[in-house]
Amino acid sequence: MGTGAGGERSPSVSSMLTINNIEVVYDKVILVLKGVSIDVRAGAITTLLGANGAGKTTTLKAISGVLRSERGEVTKGTIQLGEKRIDGMRAHDVARLGLVQVFEGRRVFEQLTCEENLIAGGHVHRDGAVVRQGIDMVYSYFPRLKERRHQQSGYLSGGEQQMLAIGRALMSRPQVVLLDEPSLGLAPMLVEEIFGIVQRLVQQEKLSVLLVEQNATLALAVAEHGYVMENGRIVLEGSAQKLIENSDIKEFYLGLNEGGSRKSYRDTKHYKRRKRWLS
Amino acid sequence: MSGEDLGFLFALLLNGTSIGFMYSLIALGFVLVYKATDAINFAQGEFVMMAGLIAAAILGIEGMPLIAAIIATLAIMIAFGFGFERIVLRPLLGRPVVAVIMATIGLAAVLRGLTPVIFGGETRALSLPIGDEPINIGPASLSPIQLVGIVVTVLFFAGFSWFFKKSRKGVAMRAVADNQQVAQAMGINVERYFALAWAMAGIVSAVGGIVWGSMLGVDVHLALVGLKVFPVVILGGLDSIGGALLGGLIIGIVESLVAGYVDPYVGGGTKDFVPYVLMIVVLMIKPYGIFGKRRIERV
Ligand SMILES: Nc1ncnc2c1ncn2[C@@H]1O[C@H](COP(=O)(O)OP(=O)(O)OP(=O)(O)O)[C@@H](O)[C@H]1O
Ligand SMILES: [Mg+2]
Repeated sequence: MGTGAGGERSPSVSSMLTINNIEVVYDKVILVLKGVSIDVRAGAITTLLGANGAGKTTTLKAISGVLRSERGEVTKGTIQLGEKRIDGMRAHDVARLGLVQVFEGRRVFEQLTCEENLIAGGHVHRDGAVVRQGIDMVYSYFPRLKERRHQQSGYLSGGEQQMLAIGRALMSRPQVVLLDEPSLGLAPMLVEEIFGIVQRLVQQEKLSVLLVEQNATLALAVAEHGYVMENGRIVLEGSAQKLIENSDIKEFYLGLNEGGSRKSYRDTKHYKRRKRWLS
Repeated sequence: MSGEDLGFLFALLLNGTSIGFMYSLIALGFVLVYKATDAINFAQGEFVMMAGLIAAAILGIEGMPLIAAIIATLAIMIAFGFGFERIVLRPLLGRPVVAVIMATIGLAAVLRGLTPVIFGGETRALSLPIGDEPINIGPASLSPIQLVGIVVTVLFFAGFSWFFKKSRKGVAMRAVADNQQVAQAMGINVERYFALAWAMAGIVSAVGGIVWGSMLGVDVHLALVGLKVFPVVILGGLDSIGGALLGGLIIGIVESLVAGYVDPYVGGGTKDFVPYVLMIVVLMIKPYGIFGKRRIERV
């Protein structure tokens, strides 16, 4: 793997993961990402916001390398994990380098028990002792998983499955975790609990997180920096604080009008739907 | 029922059990592949046939020790399973499942067609040096090779059950079966596990071919056992190891019973289709088989 053509930005010192102007094409013809650049800062949460179909999940899949199995391809740009180019690498090799994706909709290994899911998550480690330590570490963050350890994971509740999906990702002892809509379909209380744990993980385990969310309020509350994606392009970027104050964000993603009153759900949905047709 | 009738029944049950274990073993090869790769191997019977023929050919070499012949057969079948996955199936990854199914059907036809060309058309004896003095069990008896078949099958099932439940590689393989994309993202080299599954099918087929071939003699008809695999795995559940064992025993025993009690009145042949009747009934009332896992549906 070469160091790439010239004209790349060199990753900033604090950047753990650098996505530089990538294009992604599905099935050789469907252009979904049209030049996306994102810096994921070390030891912090960076969030990627956007409506349905914007290309958020595609971005994460491009990074983790699973795009290939959906006949997608990074046709332009580079992705760098630390000093290493990872675009074009296979997913299991990327995971070995310490980057792991938590998928949208949780996707636990349903036929496996809770603990077997964790064991599978620790597959990159040869040493069984490391795996056992990992399991204990995950249980210390998610005690609820310990109670359910021998239960078939397909029958866990949605919240427990989300915890398991995150815990399973931690088993490889990653440096970077890509989280795809962890709040999806969960009760607000539970979402808060899970986001709290993710924040603790970032601090205590020195994780760098790229958090994809449609729930911008939540995401911006925990993130340090954020990006907004529309139609496969980054249209807005800034510190979380700046984004919260931005009027477009307020209107479209926080569901608030100029005056601060809440826009009707219907209008927001309409906007999202329109966006989808355009893409 | 007279003592004689009971003795007859016992003999049928014993014989059915012994044949059933063989069906289980051969179905295990099928289940291993399905479990890990979602591929339906229509060439399982041909794998067994091929192993039997190879074993017979190697054993036919003057002065070849038994153990060397067994090891050589195992090695060839492992390499064959591995190679088939690598060369034929891997390019089909990500294609519709039906492409893989067609590839295995094609392989089955090729193997059946090539066999007489390479090994000749005649039936060969595959005789293991274990004698053929029947072992009496109550009023019935088993041949030594039947006993070997039972013991080997039990050992294989115990071994594979342990592997999938307790070893990390086994758990990873089940993870691959559950969701390939997620497994990849967890750092699991999915293709390597596909290859492993086919290699394991090769091992099971090698042993099945040697034992089954010793019972029946080897020629192209040995592949017919593949037809029994489907009722067995439908009954037990396509992805269930325990199901393959139970399904095999049920089919073996049912066959033996209808052959003993029904065939004399209708002139024979019932045992060839009764397993399929059973299969269709099971599909109607329990589409995932007795132990098969249904996909968990939730929103
Ligand atoms: N495998 C695929 N093949 C072809 N097109 C795809 C594929 N996956 C996604 N797309 C298209 O790419 C676009 C972006 O999809 P993506 O899943 O990345 O969006 P998203 O931002 O994650 O949306 P959501 O919020 O709904 O999850 C959509 O128009 C989608 O239809
Ligand atoms: Mg998405």
